Amino acid sequence: MVLASWRWRVDFPPVIALEHVTKTYPKAQRPSLSDVSVTIDKGEFVFFIGPSGSGKSTIIKLLLREIQPTKGKVIVNGRDVGSMRSWRIPHFRRSIGCVFQDFRLLPNRTAYENVAFALEVIGKTQAVARRVVPEVLELVGLGGKEHRYPQELSGGEQQRVAVARAFVNRPLILLADEPTGNLDPDTSIEIMRLLDRINRTGTTVVMVTHDSNIVNQMRRRVVEIEGGKIVRDQPRGVYG
Amino acid sequence: MRFKYVLNEVVVGLWRNVTMTIAMIITMAVSLTLLGASLLLYRQVERMQDVYSQDLSTILFFRVGDTPETKYATEEQKQAIEAALRADQTGPNPLVEAFEFESKEQAHQNLAVLFSTTPDLVRLTPTEELPESYRVRLTDPDRFAEFEAKYQRFIGEEGGLEMILDQRRLLQRVFNVLGSLQNLGFIISIVQGVAALMLVINTIQVAAYSKRREVAVMKLVGASNWFIQAPFVLEAVAAGLIGAIIAYITLILAKIYIFDGALAPLAQVITEIPWSNVHLMFPVLAFAGALVSSITGWFALRFYIKV
Repeated sequence: MVLASWRWRVDFPPVIALEHVTKTYPKAQRPSLSDVSVTIDKGEFVFFIGPSGSGKSTIIKLLLREIQPTKGKVIVNGRDVGSMRSWRIPHFRRSIGCVFQDFRLLPNRTAYENVAFALEVIGKTQAVARRVVPEVLELVGLGGKEHRYPQELSGGEQQRVAVARAFVNRPLILLADEPTGNLDPDTSIEIMRLLDRINRTGTTVVMVTHDSNIVNQMRRRVVEIEGGKIVRDQPRGVYG
Repeated sequence: MRFKYVLNEVVVGLWRNVTMTIAMIITMAVSLTLLGASLLLYRQVERMQDVYSQDLSTILFFRVGDTPETKYATEEQKQAIEAALRADQTGPNPLVEAFEFESKEQAHQNLAVLFSTTPDLVRLTPTEELPESYRVRLTDPDRFAEFEAKYQRFIGEEGGLEMILDQRRLLQRVFNVLGSLQNLGFIISIVQGVAALMLVINTIQVAAYSKRREVAVMKLVGASNWFIQAPFVLEAVAAGLIGAIIAYITLILAKIYIFDGALAPLAQVITEIPWSNVHLMFPVLAFAGALVSSITGWFALRFYIKV
């Protein structure tokens, strides 16, 4: 612990680092990512943009260790994710929150239960859930709608539940894979405000999108990928 | 809390696919019943061998008849054999432990006991036609071949013996029949067991499909693998245990109604199945059922269904 904090002060390691990462899917003609290197510091808000099939979702999958890189290293929180033993993956994923375009809520559980489920299955007690879940639902602006089922909520509200579920463990990193892809522009902006608020608590946010409006409004770091290569990396970029 | 969650998932899982669950339990029960029955039979054959081998003897039958081909054994011949038996009782490595002469009258009395249910047969069998014999108990029943080789010379007109009979060899045929019954039961229980395992795999597959959303979320938020897999494996184990209970009850009923009921008159021949053996089957079957279904479930999840 002492050693770790000492290291932290000395070299400020990035929270995410891709080092010369190449990923070729089996049977694919060309790699989805080829020799990609990028680092993301703690507390950053980064957009990965690019056309469909450019390889930006592959980055999310690599960071979650759903897939392993063909070449290169994927480092998250100082750990080489690619060479991680499979039994360590569940514990590793608890430090990462994740939001998707299709929300991925359980239809037979209420908003409260969906968030509590995430706590329950990693071994937190119901007492913890009763304390933490209403708090986080309040944070995402769903106070009073805890006991609604997903089909009784609007798309934006469902995505708020998903964000609450991703954030309830206070992860170091929040990954968002086109979180506004199914939402209208106004609702999208509300979700972006929410992600921005989460980012201000110190959580690193990595968001994959091709919503140019949002990228242009937020004025955050933009990493553009095309054909599996990084073609642009701007600190306060626009969609371009 | 987590225990409650897992238990709840198991019950819901079994109920969700109730027809398949019932099929799985029935197949499991049939397989385990046959396994239990063949294990019981195995122990029974051992018991019978123990019980009978104490009473079994080698018999030297004397010749019976008045024709030139088959003449009654003479006194001298009998004495010669008795002397040979006596000689074999002594020495550093005696072959014979004890022997006893059975006269025609004693033979008839034994016949009367043996066929007490058919007195006509006993009445129609003249005492004269029954052979006299020596009932010999060997020090080691496995040395019959040695004994037979040695006394072979007394067979025929010269020696006065008609034949040398090993009762053990006679009984062996009965044991062979029981043994093949036991093998048959064992084979059927394996075939049924394979069917049960396939049903286990199928049930887990259906359960995994109907819970795919939950599983995806659990993986996403970092639930440990055992936590994700436990409900599926425990569903299979629960079915295995219920199957074992049914099999145990079936064996109890079989003992009460078949062995102690319909087959009671044969109890002297096939010796009673002790209750302790039947009760012993419960832990054995429960363990077998639970172990096999959990291993199958785990393998199915790990390599086939990939939850």
